[in-house]
Amino acid sequence: MKHDKRHDLSQYPLRLEGDNVPMVRFQNVTKRYGSLTVLDGLNLDVAEGEMVTIIGPSGSGKTTVLRMLMTLETIDSGVIYVDGEPLTHMEKNGRLVRANAAHLRLIRSKIGMCFQHFNLFPHMTALGNCIEGPMQVLGLSKQEAEERALELLDLVGMADKRDQHPSRLSGGQQQRVAIARALAMRPKVMLFDEVTSALDPEVISEVTGVIRGLVDQHNLTMLMVTHQIGFAREISDRICLFFDGKIEEQGSPEMLLDNPQNERTQQFLSAVLEAN
Amino acid sequence: MLDWKMDFTWEILPRLLLAAGNTMLAAGGGYAVAVVLGLVFALAQRTRSRTLTFIVRELVEFIRSTPLLLQIFFIFYVGPQFGLRLSPWAAGLIAIGLHYAAYLSEVYRGGIENVPKGQWEAARAINLSTVTTYRRIIIPQALPPALAGMGNYLVGIFKDTPMLSVIGVAELMHTANSIGAENFRYLEPYTIVGLIFLAISLPTAWLIRRFETALRRKMGLTR
Ligand SMILES: Nc1ncnc2c1ncn2[C@@H]1O[C@H](COP(=O)(O)OP(=O)(O)O)[C@@H](O)[C@H]1O
Ligand SMILES: [Mg+2]
Repeated sequence: MKHDKRHDLSQYPLRLEGDNVPMVRFQNVTKRYGSLTVLDGLNLDVAEGEMVTIIGPSGSGKTTVLRMLMTLETIDSGVIYVDGEPLTHMEKNGRLVRANAAHLRLIRSKIGMCFQHFNLFPHMTALGNCIEGPMQVLGLSKQEAEERALELLDLVGMADKRDQHPSRLSGGQQQRVAIARALAMRPKVMLFDEVTSALDPEVISEVTGVIRGLVDQHNLTMLMVTHQIGFAREISDRICLFFDGKIEEQGSPEMLLDNPQNERTQQFLSAVLEAN
Repeated sequence: MLDWKMDFTWEILPRLLLAAGNTMLAAGGGYAVAVVLGLVFALAQRTRSRTLTFIVRELVEFIRSTPLLLQIFFIFYVGPQFGLRLSPWAAGLIAIGLHYAAYLSEVYRGGIENVPKGQWEAARAINLSTVTTYRRIIIPQALPPALAGMGNYLVGIFKDTPMLSVIGVAELMHTANSIGAENFRYLEPYTIVGLIFLAISLPTAWLIRRFETALRRKMGLTR
């Protein structure tokens, strides 16, 4: 097993170079939980500024893709690259070895993530949530951090709630603060994991509106998991349909949603459309 | 009916109040040791080193399953054989501090484990270091629920200070015993000691509850 891995790694480049280096590359990535193979040799590139949406049935590995990229999960084989640099590995004496904590931290700084259940820090205000990373990690002064945070809270329409703790905010409001908190770290890649799934239907548009704005305003690379097919169609450059830890089919929204080639894709889509 | 002597009461009260100061000093000092050491014990059990976790885990178990009195005797009387020659005060504070550190470490551990996993993940997503995550995110949230347990052990340590009398720390119990032996009267000194304990324990417990509520509110942890 160990031997295999070492042998394997020689096939992966130390870094991605040339034109068209993707912002994110999953190269032959496998993830297992015990005997369960959750992702099986995943290959996925996301170009800079691209908005890629992942859809698929529950348990197909969508969340795991984002969590691996956020380094919340380790991977079992393959390499993930971010902005041309390996994330899960690092170069040592001309070879790739498993990334250490310092390397993970360095590359992770390019990635931000929003969670289904927001995960705001409950003991801090909306503003406090948004200045924590910039002050503790980026070394900004309190004033600089607050200026930046207020701009972003304004962007997500939460500036007037800056002094509220999360327990005083609705789900939609919390999620918008969470988006501001992630953006305050100036990530190049933003990950959204079912950020509207825990919300009441009437506030979903608060959050999708903010994400739509990000597509227009920032040249962010985004990777989003959602069950909202309509929203995905509207803002995605590309949609990937996951099935059993593999990309079953992918393409532009029109291609995938209107003219799915694959039988399982058709079944999934009709099931989802029926549910809506 | 009761042979209570008021003039004797007044005569011994200053000495007992002075000793009450010593009792509070012993409880406070021991608690300070326990609060810090307990956190070290709790965090040590969460490091990636399995050996360290195992050793600390066993140490905590050992301390929790042997009597405090034995630990006090051991440190004071057996310590010197290992070159550890301590004054009664030092030995007492170490023993009682170590003992309660074991209990407090469990309180901390419970508090830390109660913080949802999503908090760790959010902290990582904004790239906070492990130390910063503990300091800024986890411990502040672990504290309010741990406070009740911490308060109980503060009162507990206070009530256990009489055990230090066995190695000659001049706290309340020790002083009451001396007074009793000198005057052949035990009713007044012991009664006063009981009242002093009550007069300190009850408000302390009340204050801790108030503090917990205030802290939760200040942190925005209540709706
Ligand atoms: N920590 C874990 N331990 C064991 N199995 C897990 C864990 N996390 C996810 N899984 C399993 O991995 C599979 C994919 O999960 P996930 O990526 O969350 O799917 P999705 O987001 O598409 O619903 C599921 O079968 C799930 O039960
Ligand atoms: Mg999921």
